[in-house]
Amino acid sequence: MSAPAAALTPVAAPAARGYWANVGRRLTRDPVSMACLGVLALILLAAVFAPYLGLADPYRGSMIRRLRPIGTEGYPLGTDELGRDMLSRLIHGGRLSLLIGILPVINAFVIGSLLGILAGYVGGRVNMAIMRTIDVFFAFPSVLLAIAISGALGAGIVNSLVSLTVVFVPPITRVAESVTTGVRNLDFVDAARASGAGALTVMRVHILGNVLGPIFVYATSLISVSMILASGLSFLGLGTKPPEPEWGLMLNTLRTAIYVNPWVAALPGAMIFAVSICFNLLSDGLRSAMDVRR
Amino acid sequence: MLLYILRRLLYVLPVALAVSLVCFLLVHIAPGDPLISVLPPDASQQLQEEMRKVYGFDRPLPVQFGIWIGRAVQGDLGSSIATGRTVASEVGRAVGNTFILAVAATLLGFVLGALFGFVAGYFRDSWIDKAATTLAIAGVSLPHYWLGMVLVIVFSVWLGVLPAVGAGPGGSTDWAWDWAHIRHLILPAVTMSVIPMGIVTRTIRALVGDILSQEFVDALRAKGLTDGGVFLHVVKNAAPTALAVMGVQLGYLLGGSILIETVFSWPGTGFLLNAAIFQRDLPLLQGTILVLALFFVGLNLAVDVVQTALDPRIKRG
Amino acid sequence: MSGAEPLLSVAELTKHFPVLGGLFHRRVATVHAVDALSFELAKGETLGIVGESGCGKSTTARLTMRLLEPDAGRIALGGAEVGRELSLRALRRRVQMVFQDSYASLNPRLTVEDTIAFGPRVQGASEDAARAKAADLLARVGLDPMLFARRYPHELSGGQRQRVNIARALALEPEILILDEAVSALDKSVEAQVLNLLLDLKAQLCLTYIFISHDLNVVQYISDRVMVMYLGRMVEIGPVEAIYGGARHPYTRALLSAMPSMDPERRTQEAPLAGDPPNPIDPPSGCRFRTRCAMAETACERAVPAPTALGAGHAVACHMAAPGSGHSRAAT
Repeated sequence: MSAPAAALTPVAAPAARGYWANVGRRLTRDPVSMACLGVLALILLAAVFAPYLGLADPYRGSMIRRLRPIGTEGYPLGTDELGRDMLSRLIHGGRLSLLIGILPVINAFVIGSLLGILAGYVGGRVNMAIMRTIDVFFAFPSVLLAIAISGALGAGIVNSLVSLTVVFVPPITRVAESVTTGVRNLDFVDAARASGAGALTVMRVHILGNVLGPIFVYATSLISVSMILASGLSFLGLGTKPPEPEWGLMLNTLRTAIYVNPWVAALPGAMIFAVSICFNLLSDGLRSAMDVRR
Repeated sequence: MLLYILRRLLYVLPVALAVSLVCFLLVHIAPGDPLISVLPPDASQQLQEEMRKVYGFDRPLPVQFGIWIGRAVQGDLGSSIATGRTVASEVGRAVGNTFILAVAATLLGFVLGALFGFVAGYFRDSWIDKAATTLAIAGVSLPHYWLGMVLVIVFSVWLGVLPAVGAGPGGSTDWAWDWAHIRHLILPAVTMSVIPMGIVTRTIRALVGDILSQEFVDALRAKGLTDGGVFLHVVKNAAPTALAVMGVQLGYLLGGSILIETVFSWPGTGFLLNAAIFQRDLPLLQGTILVLALFFVGLNLAVDVVQTALDPRIKRG
Repeated sequence: MSGAEPLLSVAELTKHFPVLGGLFHRRVATVHAVDALSFELAKGETLGIVGESGCGKSTTARLTMRLLEPDAGRIALGGAEVGRELSLRALRRRVQMVFQDSYASLNPRLTVEDTIAFGPRVQGASEDAARAKAADLLARVGLDPMLFARRYPHELSGGQRQRVNIARALALEPEILILDEAVSALDKSVEAQVLNLLLDLKAQLCLTYIFISHDLNVVQYISDRVMVMYLGRMVEIGPVEAIYGGARHPYTRALLSAMPSMDPERRTQEAPLAGDPPNPIDPPSGCRFRTRCAMAETACERAVPAPTALGAGHAVACHMAAPGSGHSRAAT
């Protein structure tokens, strides 16, 4: 019995797939996540390649062709209050809207992870100092904090990026700290220290790999909020300035047109909604795909 | 328990102080001279110096903060640059309107969210669950300022049944509990309730699912408890967390009402903030944010204390 | 024990943990996890450490590896004191440890091979050498490297994971292996296999073991000498036959009498232990066992009993065994 079994044994067992390969495989099996990924990819690609798609000039208006309804010849999605092509402005608008929505979360991911992992790994007074400072920012409702900083700094894309980054650093830091503290107390970290490894090596090999994933998933769940807030700041006139195409700002300038052409006025908001819900669903899908014990 | 409340109270003081510091610094991160909005552009050098002295901007920052906080504790938040009225009176008038809106929205969102959450948690993985979950995700993903516009399009522009803007007939800013005013409350409150609805649905669905999967529920069933009895147990176990979520949501809506208030021209703190920002009325901006943030701190404290009192499992020593 | 120099000697090891509380999170109490613990370990022997949960066994293990900083005490390896003649890094290369929770003690993101090779890599081995070492060790602990090297911890059974943990601990070629409840979480049949593996490895690699467990049968099976701990203090130490056949401390006798035995003749009439051990926060004065001891007298309250040598390496910390201690049963 043993001889045939040995003959059947391959030279080496197929290498087990890495953790992230497994996550990816599980994610591709989830139809909802894949659909969301598709929609997001489409919007992102269209936004990136907007200048090469042969669209109308998003800045050129026409006084006689204002607020045309959806389906007008030459203007598939109508025109805005200055007679500019809506389709072109919506696609071009994705460039700024996605940038100001996603960039703050990326910034906050970097800063918050650094602070949180530091606080969690070092502990003691460093932890106290970082986490108590973070607590102060938790004492503000997120929208109020964004408005306060943006309002004080004044309108502008950079100011809106700064204020949203400040809004998202505290929650990411808190998650990073709690995940790191949890991992740090596991025996394998002690085992690694027992091997004589220095703090930095232990951090690099054993802590980072186990905490960055959960922090990343949490950060992706914030993109949806960030998109809504970033466009919201522009909607209030605190983000992008006219005549730049940006969904929140477009929603604001079209607000007066709801009595004339409501559907066109509602279009930019539908774009924000679509992107926001796709990010939310994708984040949920990623979270369950990362659950190893299933 | 008492010790926990005492310690929690003690901990609020430094947080409140730090929050005040952040509010104080807002004026100083603002670009340009804080005097610019007060002074005529052709003000003489001498006038500038005098005004600087009057406003205390010539003192070192810590001293300025000390003076500012000392006044704030006595309820003096300075005067609005645009209207000349005291910030305290401006905020006082607006805060009531925001409160009515936020409370109405929270209650509506909580009732709907609790309903959806319970049904979804009870019938896990049924189509009802899927519908409720989808609704919840949509609720937290909606740009609510856009939802407000859509509701205005449907109910004001098309159907013409509800007013699109304002808090009362003829632009009235003083609230009254009559139909003429309540009509104005419906659209903004419904719009605003979507966020707490989504969050409460998700929370309660998870809670109910957790509780139902625990062994003590099986034990209750084995003891012959009816479905109604089990339901009561679930409610009792879910209530503290659900109430805590509701309290925190109320705080978020109070502080985050600016977008909705702008869409509906609701004369609350958000509207005030909007005006302050665009008139560069920094004392008004600072004062309004301070009041809202301190309110949020107090609310969180109350939620913590109530939750600790309600939930026997939370033992904080 | 013979007069030869011990491989490891631990003296007066003490670790107290603060308990924070009150309005300002001050230290309101102290957990006496380990108090003035001294023992020696001869090369090639297995020292079993037993006691109820919370008696400081695991803290002792972590202190010995200096994963925890002791409040007081000295640890010397081969006569060189840690922190003076011997660096922490050197100590950790020569003493290794296997933990109880086989899952938590393996990094879920690393393959079995990477986990085992980590130590040698850190200590300066080349990548190829570390890999070869990992394969060799896997074979030694009974796992086919072809099949297991590239697997992740969640793809292994509890017994397999613990074999990997043993291989990882051996990767630095330590002289001493601390096994902290290393087989306690395993099924009985798997436990026996792993115990036999440990005995084989010890013979092959000339290892010295500190074997920590609450399971008296297992400790009797594997140990040469046994140390009994109670609330952070050593109560009795001696060769396995002396402890299991002629224990002198009332606590050891109570523990042994509670030990399940298949032999009805061996069932003793000793009073079983009642209740839980007292809280290690502010433990009883004098002898810490007196609150549960049937023979306790006022002498036991007054002084901490010092270990009394009974010959042949057997020592007990009980006033009844110490002549002139003031206890009515002690020789005068």
